Amino acid sequence: MEEHHCQHLLGELSAYVEGEASEALCAEIREHLAGCENCRAVVDTLNKTIQLYHTLPQPDLSDGARQRLYRTLNLEALLKP
Amino acid sequence: MSEVETEREMIERLRAGDKSACAQCVEQHASGVYRLALRMLGDEAEAEDVVQETFLSAFKAIDSFEWRSGLKTWLYRIATNAALMRLRRKTPLAVSVELPEEDGAETVPTQLFDWCCLPENDFATSEAKTELEAAIRELPEKLRAVFVLRELEGLSGEETAQTLGVSIENVKTRLHRARLWLRERLSGYFTELARSHEEG
Repeated sequence: MEEHHCQHLLGELSAYVEGEASEALCAEIREHLAGCENCRAVVDTLNKTIQLYHTLPQPDLSDGARQRLYRTLNLEALLKP
Repeated sequence: MSEVETEREMIERLRAGDKSACAQCVEQHASGVYRLALRMLGDEAEAEDVVQETFLSAFKAIDSFEWRSGLKTWLYRIATNAALMRLRRKTPLAVSVELPEEDGAETVPTQLFDWCCLPENDFATSEAKTELEAAIRELPEKLRAVFVLRELEGLSGEETAQTLGVSIENVKTRLHRARLWLRERLSGYFTELARSHEEG
């Protein structure tokens, strides 16, 4: 990642992965990626990273924690099973 | 009734001390507050404490709610501050949402192996998920807060900025750095896995 173009790409990557980059910038990035294996690896694995954390299971309060919360807030009478 | 009107009515009922409104508010927001606290702190018991603190503080201070943000953003702000306070007590010098951008997170890529085309099974293992959870827990705190709110809780850039009291540009910068940081951190694990496949 020492070349000027690679550093430039890294700076613009956020807009690119968000789909917010202009068409001209997208074309510039695609052209660079076609000839730069390192940057291609960064973009590929960055997209994969984003995909992976979006599929993580969503933890939730346990029933016990929910009961303790209602008790703390003096709402026990309103706790539904 | 519009969403804004529904929320306005909810706030008025909370201000009047209506317990069913309190329960409704808990039902709507407790799970999100818990997930936020758990991702920030990495500890279920501490996350549960933060949920309790958040709703106790919110119901006590509901008269000071100023409509500058939505109820959810306001609750997340209280919860984020409570979680950051706990982190600050553990590592007093390491936590501040006001730290300069260059501090705390090196994000220039050094891991350049392309592991994205590993078999999908390799990404679905419990070991891979554990690695990802650990990576999120290890994110530098000021990046973690933005990452959790924006990417895991789905707040908009504006809502995240309001929650943390920073600019939208700052949110964008930190989110990008968080993503690069996680990519770098996960690359160690997945590169090793890919090489073990090659050797096997």
